[in-house]
Amino acid sequence: MALLEVKNIKKNFGKTEVLKGIDFSLEEGQVLAIIGSSGSGKTTLLRCLNFLEQADEGVIRVGEQTLFDSSDKVTLNDEAIRQNRLNFGLVFQNFNLFPQYTALQNVTLAPTLLKKGTAPENEDNARNLLDKVGLSDKLSNYPNQLSGGQQQRVAIARALALSPKILCFDEPTSALDPELTGEVLRVIRDLKNDGRTMIVVTHEMAFAKSVADVVIYMAEGVIEEMGTPAEVFENPQSEKTRAFLRGALEEYKENS
Amino acid sequence: MSFVEVTKYLLDGFWISLLIFAVTLLCGAPLGLPIAFCSMSRFKPVRYVSKVIVWIVRGVPLMLQIFIIFYVPGLLFDKPIFSELDRYFFKTYQIKDAGRIIAVLIAFTLNYACYFSEIYRGGIESISKGQYEAGYVLGLTKSQIFRKIILKQVIQRIVPPMSNEIITLIKDTALANCIVVSEIVMQAKKLAATKALVWPLFYTGVFYLLFVGLLTIILGKVEKKLSYFRS
Ligand SMILES: Nc1ncnc2c1ncn2[C@@H]1O[C@H](COP(=O)(O)OP(=O)(O)O)[C@@H](O)[C@H]1O
Ligand SMILES: [Mg+2]
Repeated sequence: MALLEVKNIKKNFGKTEVLKGIDFSLEEGQVLAIIGSSGSGKTTLLRCLNFLEQADEGVIRVGEQTLFDSSDKVTLNDEAIRQNRLNFGLVFQNFNLFPQYTALQNVTLAPTLLKKGTAPENEDNARNLLDKVGLSDKLSNYPNQLSGGQQQRVAIARALALSPKILCFDEPTSALDPELTGEVLRVIRDLKNDGRTMIVVTHEMAFAKSVADVVIYMAEGVIEEMGTPAEVFENPQSEKTRAFLRGALEEYKENS
Repeated sequence: MSFVEVTKYLLDGFWISLLIFAVTLLCGAPLGLPIAFCSMSRFKPVRYVSKVIVWIVRGVPLMLQIFIIFYVPGLLFDKPIFSELDRYFFKTYQIKDAGRIIAVLIAFTLNYACYFSEIYRGGIESISKGQYEAGYVLGLTKSQIFRKIILKQVIQRIVPPMSNEIITLIKDTALANCIVVSEIVMQAKKLAATKALVWPLFYTGVFYLLFVGLLTIILGKVEKKLSYFRS
């Protein structure tokens, strides 16, 4: 059975239809890469999964549990939404670390406030996570003393601290200088090898191709193409996908 | 009158100035917070009422507000509460000016609470949406997010404008002499009128300067202490 099941998610902002019925499912341990041009609704989809936006229609299921069902919206009070969020983690494009806390404190804050474990357990766990993302020597640095790549790795450790079932990334390297993207992508690749279930919105085609089990190409609020990396990248069925990939390839050549 | 006698006489007034300063700060700063929240309320009527009050209080001279608080009960209800309090406190406790001082404290507290509320509002609204969202996706409650994530960043940002207001406040206390409260400038004016001494009027500046110097040092320390992070 799929770990995550997303059915017919629709979202409007006023009169603009941003998501026009998104369906997909994801097995445990799989990595889903979402590609698509800017404005196609990728961020909105991740925000709906993390309940930063409430979808207008659709169903979100994780395991046996229905987290969201538009036909049953009344049950979604603040507390239920808060609990549901814990199934997902979200790493933002611009990190959003808490500036007044050190790297270590950023990671321990939520487990501490949510009383997930004892203080020493939480700190141990945070140290291990920061070690995992290669920052064991930056524990007591404040965000403004870290490079963008380091900040993003702290943000990943922070999201992992609550052991979410599914970790989402919204263009985790878009705000980084090109020479810093590698260190972040390496961490995501490591997490895949640990068997983490992840959804990664990215513009890094080479990365999507090599790390993803499933690729979705989104255009104008619909899934234009979905399949294995080989299917989507080598043999795209839709003309839109082909055009997008040609554009991405040219951009890639220009930049390198 | 000797220099020491004048100093003592002025100091009697300066304690009143400091009293107005301290009470305004201790009551006005907390009172500003609910006003700020009302000004940011999602409920339109609350937001508008709050904003209109702030607009009026910040738009009218503080001196006028002192007159209004002091005289309006007498004019409107034929009950000059503050003058009666003056007499009552003098008869029972031999304390002078108590009623007037209370009127001044009310006017100052309301006025400064509105100024503070705008500083708080600016500070709170300047924190990026991403900070709240980062808290939400970590499963924190609204109140945890405010207390543990937002508050300190807001405090860091409002310390400089608050410092300005606090320094303005000690100088504003001189306005209390418009209803003849014996703060330091009033004391000096009395010396000018009764003893034909003008220099004490200028001498009062030294008291303000010393106190502002002290405030500047303390507030500078607070600002420095909060500068360990950059938001
Ligand atoms: N809060 C919002 N209010 C109104 N329109 C929005 C909002 N968020 C996103 N949109 C619109 O939805 C569309 C999709 O945005 P987004 O999900 O950010 O796309 P992507 O992440 O693929 O670039 C865009 O046209 C954007 O302007
Ligand atoms: Mg986006």
